[in-house]
Amino acid sequence: MKVSINWLKDYVDVIIPAADLAHKLTMSGNEVEGMEVIGAAWDKVVVGHVVALEPHPDADRLRLATVELGGEQMTVVCGAPNVQVNDKIAFARVGAKLIDGHSGEAMELRPAKIRGVVSSGMVCSEMELGMSDNHNEIIVLSPDAPVGMPLAEYMGDTVLDITVTPNRADCLSILGIARETAALTGKTMTMPEVKYTEDGEPIDKSVSVAIADPDLCYRYCASLITGVKIGPSPEWMQRRLLASGMRPISNIVDITNYVMLEYGQPLHAFDYERLPGGKVIVRRGKGEKLTTIDDVDRKITPHMLAIADEKNPIALAGVMGGEASEVNEKTTTILLESANFNSENIRRTAQAMKMRSEASLRFEKGLSPELAFYAVRRATQLIVELTGGVAAKGIVDVYPAVVKYAPISLTGDRVRQVLGTDIDQDEMVGVLETLGFECERKSTVELLVSVPYWRTDVSLPVDLIEEIARITGYDQIPTTLLSSEIPQNESHPMLAFKDKVRDILVGCGMQEIITYPLVSRETLDKISAPEPIRLLNPLSAEQEYLRTSLKPSMLMKVADNEKHEQSLGLFEIGRIYLSRENELPDEREVLMGSITGQRGQKTWNTASATVDFYDAKGILEVLFGRLGVDAAFEPAEDETLVKGRCASIAVAGQAIGVIGQLDPRVAEWYEVSSDPVYLFEIELDKLLPLVEPLGEYTPIARFPGSTRDISLLVDIDLPSQKVQHIIEDTKLVSSVAPFDVYTGDKLPAGKKTLAYSIVYQSSERTLTDKEVNKVQDGLLKRLQKTLGVTLRQ
Amino acid sequence: MLNDLDKLKSQAIAELQSITDANSIEDWRVAYLGRKGKLTQILRGLSTLPIEERKAVGAAANDIKVLLDEELNKRHRAIKEASLDGGAQAIDVTLPGRTVPLGRLHPTTQIIRQINDAFTSMGFEVVEGPEVESDYYNFEALNIPKDHPARDMWDTIWISRDEASPTLLRTHTSPMQVRVMEKRQPPVRVVVPGRCYRYEATDATHESIFFQIEGLAVDKGITFADLKGTLYEFAKRLFGAERKVRFRCDYFPFVEPGVDMSIDCFVCGGKGCRLCSNTGWIEILGAGMVHPNVLRGVGYDSDIYTGFAFGLGVERIFMLKHGIDDIRLFYGDDLRFLKQF
Repeated sequence: MKVSINWLKDYVDVIIPAADLAHKLTMSGNEVEGMEVIGAAWDKVVVGHVVALEPHPDADRLRLATVELGGEQMTVVCGAPNVQVNDKIAFARVGAKLIDGHSGEAMELRPAKIRGVVSSGMVCSEMELGMSDNHNEIIVLSPDAPVGMPLAEYMGDTVLDITVTPNRADCLSILGIARETAALTGKTMTMPEVKYTEDGEPIDKSVSVAIADPDLCYRYCASLITGVKIGPSPEWMQRRLLASGMRPISNIVDITNYVMLEYGQPLHAFDYERLPGGKVIVRRGKGEKLTTIDDVDRKITPHMLAIADEKNPIALAGVMGGEASEVNEKTTTILLESANFNSENIRRTAQAMKMRSEASLRFEKGLSPELAFYAVRRATQLIVELTGGVAAKGIVDVYPAVVKYAPISLTGDRVRQVLGTDIDQDEMVGVLETLGFECERKSTVELLVSVPYWRTDVSLPVDLIEEIARITGYDQIPTTLLSSEIPQNESHPMLAFKDKVRDILVGCGMQEIITYPLVSRETLDKISAPEPIRLLNPLSAEQEYLRTSLKPSMLMKVADNEKHEQSLGLFEIGRIYLSRENELPDEREVLMGSITGQRGQKTWNTASATVDFYDAKGILEVLFGRLGVDAAFEPAEDETLVKGRCASIAVAGQAIGVIGQLDPRVAEWYEVSSDPVYLFEIELDKLLPLVEPLGEYTPIARFPGSTRDISLLVDIDLPSQKVQHIIEDTKLVSSVAPFDVYTGDKLPAGKKTLAYSIVYQSSERTLTDKEVNKVQDGLLKRLQKTLGVTLRQ
Repeated sequence: MLNDLDKLKSQAIAELQSITDANSIEDWRVAYLGRKGKLTQILRGLSTLPIEERKAVGAAANDIKVLLDEELNKRHRAIKEASLDGGAQAIDVTLPGRTVPLGRLHPTTQIIRQINDAFTSMGFEVVEGPEVESDYYNFEALNIPKDHPARDMWDTIWISRDEASPTLLRTHTSPMQVRVMEKRQPPVRVVVPGRCYRYEATDATHESIFFQIEGLAVDKGITFADLKGTLYEFAKRLFGAERKVRFRCDYFPFVEPGVDMSIDCFVCGGKGCRLCSNTGWIEILGAGMVHPNVLRGVGYDSDIYTGFAFGLGVERIFMLKHGIDDIRLFYGDDLRFLKQF
């Protein structure tokens, strides 16, 4: 909402600078986003009076205008066709800062010789003054403009650009902002004086209005003005419309817009002659076609409200008028509509039609039915005053159910309960009354507050409390810390768990990433992810589905980063979204990781090597180790991973994830050129319940252990884990780790050697060589028997 | 014999004093105290001596052995110290070290933790909620009925608009206010970090997918003054104790009175610059006293209980702290960006 301070001054005494007013409005809820000073650059531009016009001796299309400037006359060359003797105009003296009419650039006016005639000044167009891009005509000022007055003083203005919040329909008007201004500056606002004579016939003779759907139209007021002469609106009105961001069109249209801006009530003017019998019916659409004034054919459905004559819709209620009944230059009789419609319905219609107009934006915020009557009278007054029209006697006013609001009880206790401070009753009354509320003092601690009709947003005591707080200023309210009881916290294991996993992985040198959960269908299909949920109105095809796997985003981030990184270790903890019948989707927490490139940084003292499967697995082993879970890795297959280089991960017999080397064919599709890339994916929702809290501690061994290394000859495809499990399960074995794996020519075909370092230890005594030998002999026999493994000599 | 021993002692000590390196010292030890060393020889030859002489020579030889051992240790230490002090062990300390790979948390995770910490230290509990939400929790229960003009404040990405169960991607974390209150009785103090979605074009200052943190405190006796105090405390913890804050009236349908909190611009100190759009203030969060309709909707008695709620954009806080001018950097996940934090 653009608010001209000059216009505001018609109704309230603005006693503070515009910037201060902007600050006060902002602090109290009407945020001023911008401030434009009209005429800030109009130094050396004054009001002039054209006293003579002579043809240019040397050019047909130019004339010489003699301009009276108040005790001084100047003759300048003028090219505009519309200048006439006796016009009041804007005259720029040499040195004025103007906009060049041809180039649009800023320039300083200098004396010029135009076709042999020296011209020391200029009669200005709107463009030259930076008001619009109209350069063909000069500005003609009102005949009462005082000659010689600086133009900035005569028609300069400051315009505030206010972002009105959706609850304050009343502030989408000059009067609304004037009321706020008055309350914020301790002034009183005045309403426009609406007085005019009704010299015409009684309106009932020529106009009838029926509301067929009172659930969609709460009030319909109409006036009739005959003998109207269509033409431009006066210059002052045009100026205010322009300042408000509206283009002047004709006196009637301008008046309806002017009153909409002033009162906040949209109005519509019909050409009465094109309304058969003067009958107006407000009813739902019947699927008819209506050509609106923007020259588009529209179908009016039963969900929409139409203004109709006896047969056809003539306007889409509250949204846009119809072409057939539109006011044109031949119109002489105006039927002026000022109505109140169901806000939700207007909103739905405007959205469905994709026509959010100034009118619909106001209606949808919920206007008071009372407003319709005041606005129609104000507009009728202006039509009578400015177009030579004659108003019919009376106003048609159909108002099926008059809305009454009960007063609100506001107690001092409630104010303190909400704000945390006491506010003096006199102060509350003072604030509320300047805003138009009426207060009845029930007692020293209770007010009965009647809400003015325009405040459709106020219905509860807290609404009144906000009014008091925002006008006295939020900074007047004390600042305290919570003093009430701290609630018992519930435990949220997943939150803590995710943070722990993040910290462990970061400790392993992995970088956390966060990617969009919205992806394209293709990226999911490529890895055979579960069926995803589609969005109804996606922003783009790349973000059309909710992901059912984190893999695609991970691979794309590898592709993005591999160009400029020697090595990548990335992980993400994010959600996947799986659809469920008759329920919101299952949102599961998943960990996705990837590593590729160099193992560590290649430096002056470290040889470089490429990461392999065991780097990825090692990270997971650290993770599981820190979490205290025992994870089993078993050979497995996965469509996106290289066969034979993929393992399923299980904890307590339950599958929780997978690890493996990315299939280069999948990599290629995601434009990943690194090879190899290792991926792991863990379902955190499945893992979390398997994580057991830390148990009791194990005492530190008091007796030394005895370490033995053994080298075993085994079948080449025997998984090491099988051997290790048997060793681990042997008594007195406190730890075991493979330290060498060898395959080669020196071994029989189809064999490899696995070498283990085993520590034997007892918590009761130091073991003797003899004891250890006995246990190890038994172990070797078992290995031989169960796995056919022999000791390599 | 004793004379010889005395000579041996003087000779050994004199030799030892002239030694300056560890190798020669070892040679010296072998020469005198080794298995075939001079002193050892003498001790071994004791048995050939007459008994009375054997005693005296033995005692003297032992004394010399003890003395030489002592002198040897002293010399050892002196040489080592001389070597340390002389810088003989110097290496090029300017060469880079052998590093371990460095991992980092995503900036969003980092800032969420900081914000959570600020509030948990004031007794708030961290909870999370679903991103795919029903229209009811995202709007209706928050005092934003269907066709309410305030819905324009949240352009929505829909999953389904079917009349019976319209479903959407939550446009804010506020639905969790309702979900939390439905499950428990006051007192309630929670913060809710989480992802939100808007049907909005992305540019340097707007992301269609972003994180918010919601806050809610409801109990008997919670006031607007508490709202101001709590949020002021938060601002000081995140942005420094010297920050000023400003509370102005704003509108959100689920609070009344509604609040917008700004901090004074730390770039220009309030004078006005590009960061604060020349206002001297930077908006950081929206807040307000929980609307009685919201409290009633979850079955709380709005005459007894009051509370405040707030919501803030997580990325924006991080951007302000580090002078980041493009929000798209966050989920672009370029390591050259992520590695800076």
